[in-house]
Amino acid sequence: MVPLEWYIWLATAVFAIGVAGFLTRRNIIIMFMSIELMLNAVNISLISFSYYLQDLRGHILSFFVITVAAAEAAIGLAIIISLFRNKATVHADEMNEMKG
Amino acid sequence: MLPQVLFLYFAFAIVALSLAVITRKNPVHSVIFMLVLFFHIAALYLTLNAEFLAAIQIIVYAGAILVLFLFVVLMLNLKEEVTEHRYISLWAVGVLLSIAISAIFLMTLSSIPLGAKGVFSPDVIASETHTVALGKLLYTEFLYPFEIASVILLVAIVGAVVLAKKRLKS
Amino acid sequence: MDHIVTDILEFIFLMWFAIFSAGTLDVLINIGIIILKIAAVVAVVMTHVAYATYFERKAIGHMQVRLGPMRVGPHGILQPIADFVKLFFKEDIIPAQADKPLFYIAPVIAVFAAMSSLAVIPFFNGFVIANLNIGLLFILAMSSIGAYGIIMAGWSSNSKYSFLGGLRSSAQVISYEIAMGLSLVGVVMMAGSLNLTDIVKAQQAYPLKMYIFPQFLGFFVFMVAAFAETNRTPFDLPEAESELVAGYFVEYSGMRFALFFAAEYIGMILMALLGAICYLGGWNGPFQIPYIPFAWLLVKVYCIVFLFYWVRATVPRYRYDQLMALGWKIMIPLTLLNIVITGVIKILT
Repeated sequence: MVPLEWYIWLATAVFAIGVAGFLTRRNIIIMFMSIELMLNAVNISLISFSYYLQDLRGHILSFFVITVAAAEAAIGLAIIISLFRNKATVHADEMNEMKG
Repeated sequence: MLPQVLFLYFAFAIVALSLAVITRKNPVHSVIFMLVLFFHIAALYLTLNAEFLAAIQIIVYAGAILVLFLFVVLMLNLKEEVTEHRYISLWAVGVLLSIAISAIFLMTLSSIPLGAKGVFSPDVIASETHTVALGKLLYTEFLYPFEIASVILLVAIVGAVVLAKKRLKS
Repeated sequence: MDHIVTDILEFIFLMWFAIFSAGTLDVLINIGIIILKIAAVVAVVMTHVAYATYFERKAIGHMQVRLGPMRVGPHGILQPIADFVKLFFKEDIIPAQADKPLFYIAPVIAVFAAMSSLAVIPFFNGFVIANLNIGLLFILAMSSIGAYGIIMAGWSSNSKYSFLGGLRSSAQVISYEIAMGLSLVGVVMMAGSLNLTDIVKAQQAYPLKMYIFPQFLGFFVFMVAAFAETNRTPFDLPEAESELVAGYFVEYSGMRFALFFAAEYIGMILMALLGAICYLGGWNGPFQIPYIPFAWLLVKVYCIVFLFYWVRATVPRYRYDQLMALGWKIMIPLTLLNIVITGVIKILT
């Protein structure tokens, strides 16, 4: 049997990679994908806890995380499209004005 | 022996693929690496007795969310992206911060209190099937969160349509 | 390309475990049986794919008062073999500006998505490669992966026609996948299971051992969605030859083109199998046919495949906005209505 710690290490590593991607990339689409990575890391840890505690509540919680991720991706990508329409760029560091 | 070997394979593949996702120049390649990553995560869920969630992972994440990403990447057609800088100039700070966050997580690892075990042992799930067990719990104990989730999805649909629609010239 | 390497490593791990673990002989026998089953299913389905092309040309030919293929063998019976040999020996052309790794891998993904769904199809009682509890969800998941093969082929070819075809096709496949999934929910509610074998067994209590009578709305929407999922007429906009030349695979040639072609026909046969299993009672029929346990399934699949040909010869192509309006405004509300009706009846009885 795989120890629980291994799953937590894996989830931490994926979460850290997501954070690094979100903080270092300029492309706003990749930044969004980094957020998805972080959500997936959370799901991995939820499901592994659920397995070790023999309780399905973790599964339910990760089910809701997936739902919210779908909603977030739809809204986020719509915002990216309308930003691109105004600014013609997807680089987060070039979006530095409050107007328009 | 086999569970450990399988876990190690999946863990290394997942970490390598997530690194590939955040480092590729071309966003289309990032999306494809993410697709393979989702398959590996779904397989990891299978080893954790979560077959329904594995299917949902593929159908929702790979089949819907990632396709949306791919559509947006293709729509914006970022040809010049490949030649420009990928990272912000202060990228070292970001990497340091992420290392610090993971260090905090790992420091708390030894003091996680594990509560009492629940009733859903692997045998119970196998006899009842994961889908049935999850459905019963979802429609009894978690009915209100489930309804709220449906409202969230409705808001997302309306919001996405309103935001992405072309503004009519008034 | 490194996920191919990781998949090979995974396979080696599994084989290594199989050989060196306890109960070696049992495991080896099991693996052998599974490999034999896979070989049988692939051989039968690929033969059907080859001859589906031949019978399509013949059937449509006769419907249009032509003869169809007549040259190779008597009544052109060897035509699929000639086609295969021709495609196999053709040059594999790659456009100069194409994204090479994606261009190589796109047809493989298309075929993989279509073929892997066959693993959960029960051909007769007890014969299924992988008896999954979530068989129906597995098929839906794999058909959503099929969209990637199409969209990647369209994008990586770096050609306007193929890009437009790829975008159209993936939008269409994703839209109609919702209608298809919701139409199958009615079947799942009646059978109380996602396992395809259980679904077939649950149908034995119904008239003619079929779900088609209580689930006629679901069956109608399922068939329309099946036409759209497989990019067949009247929803063949992705390959609309008069506007887009050939759609997403316009830059492909030789074997890679043949892979896309095969994926389309495997998808068609898969949809026919799924319709026969979920609505027409699978391998059960009004009476038992001795010695051939899959006879009724074959008959039902041939009927549905013939329907595909018949519609192609009769119905003109939809416009793109009509296609989307039909999917979102008619088909999805119909399936929701079907779910409500099924639920009410299930509560009342």
